[in-house]
Amino acid sequence: MSLLSVRGIHKHFGGLHALKGVSFELEEGETVALIGPNGAGKTTLFNLISCEDRPDDGEIVLDGQRIDGLPAHLAAARGLARTFQNGRVFGNLTVLENVLLGAHTRLEDLTGSGSRPGEGVLTALREIAWSIIQPRRFRRMEAELTEEVRDILSFFGDRLLPRLHQPAYSLSYANRRRTELARALALRPRVLLLDEPTAGMNPTETDEMSEVILQLQRRGQSMLLIEHKLELVMAVAHRVVALDAGEVIVSGTPETVRSDSRLIEAYVGKKQDGVAAASAGAVLEPSLQA
Amino acid sequence: MIGNLYMLTAIGITQIYGVAGVVNFAHGSVYMAGAYIGWMAITWLHWPLVPVILLVLAGSALLGLALERLAVRPFARAGSTILLLTTIAAGLIIDNAAQVIWGPQTQALPNPLPQWHIRLGAGTVSLLDLFILACGVGTALLLHLFLYRSRAGWAVRATAQDRDAALQMGIDVNRVNRYSFALSGAFAGLSGLLVGLYFSNIYPTMGASATLKGTTAALLGGLGNVPGAILGAYVLGIAETFSVEWLGSSYRNLVAVLLLIAVLLFRPNGLLSGRRALNPEPTAGTFIPHGRPLRFPRWLIPASAVLAAALPLFVANPYALQVLAIGWVFALMAVSLNLISGTTGQISLGHAGFVTLGAYATAILTSRLGLPFSVSLLVSPVVAAVIGVLLCYPALRLRGQYLAIATLGLGEAISLIALNWDSVTQGPLGISGIQPAAFFGYEIWSAAGVYWLDLAALLACVWAVYRLSRSHLGRALRAVREDEVAARAFGIGLARYKSIAFGVSAFFAAVAGVLLAHSYSYIAPDTFTFALSIQVLTMIILGGRDNVGGAVIGAVILIVLPETIRFLGEYRYILYGLLLIGMLRFRPYGLLNSTT
Repeated sequence: MSLLSVRGIHKHFGGLHALKGVSFELEEGETVALIGPNGAGKTTLFNLISCEDRPDDGEIVLDGQRIDGLPAHLAAARGLARTFQNGRVFGNLTVLENVLLGAHTRLEDLTGSGSRPGEGVLTALREIAWSIIQPRRFRRMEAELTEEVRDILSFFGDRLLPRLHQPAYSLSYANRRRTELARALALRPRVLLLDEPTAGMNPTETDEMSEVILQLQRRGQSMLLIEHKLELVMAVAHRVVALDAGEVIVSGTPETVRSDSRLIEAYVGKKQDGVAAASAGAVLEPSLQA
Repeated sequence: MIGNLYMLTAIGITQIYGVAGVVNFAHGSVYMAGAYIGWMAITWLHWPLVPVILLVLAGSALLGLALERLAVRPFARAGSTILLLTTIAAGLIIDNAAQVIWGPQTQALPNPLPQWHIRLGAGTVSLLDLFILACGVGTALLLHLFLYRSRAGWAVRATAQDRDAALQMGIDVNRVNRYSFALSGAFAGLSGLLVGLYFSNIYPTMGASATLKGTTAALLGGLGNVPGAILGAYVLGIAETFSVEWLGSSYRNLVAVLLLIAVLLFRPNGLLSGRRALNPEPTAGTFIPHGRPLRFPRWLIPASAVLAAALPLFVANPYALQVLAIGWVFALMAVSLNLISGTTGQISLGHAGFVTLGAYATAILTSRLGLPFSVSLLVSPVVAAVIGVLLCYPALRLRGQYLAIATLGLGEAISLIALNWDSVTQGPLGISGIQPAAFFGYEIWSAAGVYWLDLAALLACVWAVYRLSRSHLGRALRAVREDEVAARAFGIGLARYKSIAFGVSAFFAAVAGVLLAHSYSYIAPDTFTFALSIQVLTMIILGGRDNVGGAVIGAVILIVLPETIRFLGEYRYILYGLLLIGMLRFRPYGLLNSTT
């Protein structure tokens, strides 16, 4: 059984049919890249998988349990962690606090709200009491997590470690994106959802991020990745799912998807006008081949 | 008929919202000022009605211009929640200036119109009624034509949609804003005069209820929607008339406030629009710019606590101790509000409601049920926190301005329920003869005793809130402030954590209420009002958001200063208003925070 299955997802926004029956699978330890032109529905799909929004039809199954329609904070507790397309760090929190916050769901015996009615109130009272009293066990847990945060940040060399106590708003754009990824890793996700992790990064920074993703892959991290830089996709993805106008147009290994004519059509248009499409194809080809 | 009166203010409020994106809480104050200008012209100068109206229009348009220049324009980029605060502050200044200038008493306003009555079915309609109706419909029509048929109106609507884009297209955004505020000020003043004529009297605080009613009507119709505001005004007028008929006149304001809360919860975009599309609001977290607490040596906090505790040993003057004790109680309120507004970034204008809950809880528990003070000191805040969270819970999904207005409504609702629930609260009489604080039979009545009690409560609160804010819970609350979407994506249930913030905050605010009830020995529905909520908010903005020490310092400054400098005492609320605007303008991160 797959780790994550997306089955027949539909989503409408007013009159727009944004997703038209999208299905794909993600296996344990696999990296799947979602590609497609702007407006294809990639981020919409991400929002549905991370339960930020709910699908109109279809189901999303994580570890054999349906998660679609869950509140987003419970999806996080099931082991889904995401980064955001535009980078959403907590600006006035330090790098350390940002990443510690990623581990919030792991403090479950503190923060879990239980499932029986009324349990939420009791657990909330307990959480208040403990955070005021701060028993030894509690402080040890924080200390261990802080150590772990240093480990996670060492992934990025000395990009973030020296800035541990700086507020996130003072970081460079690339460092904010790294902080975001570190925060997602602190959740110890079953599935890591990366929405354009290298958007706005220069080539060196992109290569570094690519290296980080490969390292995560070697550790067995399952990942779903949205990315426009096909070079990166080719380097890290086990499989590629190409979306256009809310539909999966082609999926398979990077090699097969890269040479599929439907993908080229999706990016540059149909071959109605032989000359225009041919020249457009010639323009796109080097970037696909790269 | 009452619907016509509300229509006049609702149109002005909705118009300003449409242009500046803020619910103008100084609207009622301009309305009041307009009424006073008219009153001066009629009773002192004996002018006939037409020049009086022209004078009122001109005077209140000028006031509108001043409002725009001083309280709105400097904050145009700061976000709507800041603008809400600055207009509230401006309203506070105007209202209290009016009290100083014209005195707090009610003035009679003779009606210069001939007393003709036209029989219409069962009732009669006076000339004044017709005049008010004509003014209402006329201004609405004029405004509609202006907004949708003229070039300037086009510019106004473009500015409302996207200020920066309008600026790029060569629209003088400031001029558009000036026009709008002058126009809405003129309408506000005229409606103040007409309402004054209708009831034949005026008083300096008449603006507050006008703002609340106008806002309710504007929200009912959908903010920014002129025909909607007219509909909303009539819905509100009819609802009030029926409730007065069925329940009695004291329920009038309660019904209005409940309607306000209901519309915010169920149809925040008004009766005329769809349900889902809530106006985009900036996340509450951006409401006060970045700032981090200044660092002080570690020993300073315990040292100042010891110094404060030792003070009664050296200071024999009971008055000074009383003032400081009040300062400690207000610091308690400020520290508790700071948890909501500073740490969690949820702006609350109803903090006085929690204080009222605590005060009534202890009054009822000790006077009626004979519970000792020491027990009530713990039980009452629990009761208040439970009721407070239950009341606020449905409103917690609102953001920014909408949440602020909902909390304001809830605060008002709590005191209006206290006013109307005679059998439990003794209604407007209040509960008197509350025992002084006592532990195991020892009554605390000396100034020093009360001082120590209040200080001890404050220190306990500061300790608890400080620990909490340094724990994982504080981190989670700050994450909610910074970015709700990202916080939720990392497992932070917004309803749970906002409830925690409101619950803990309500608990400590109620402790303050308990302490004050036992030291005043008397509690009435209007003991803790909206002005108190604003006062406490000013304290944390003065001290610095998300800064426990800052909240204490802010409270002490704002309580001690007007008491020690006699001259300031009379102008206390004007001072608060000026401080609020001044701080937001020049040091928005507070005295004890720095920018980086």
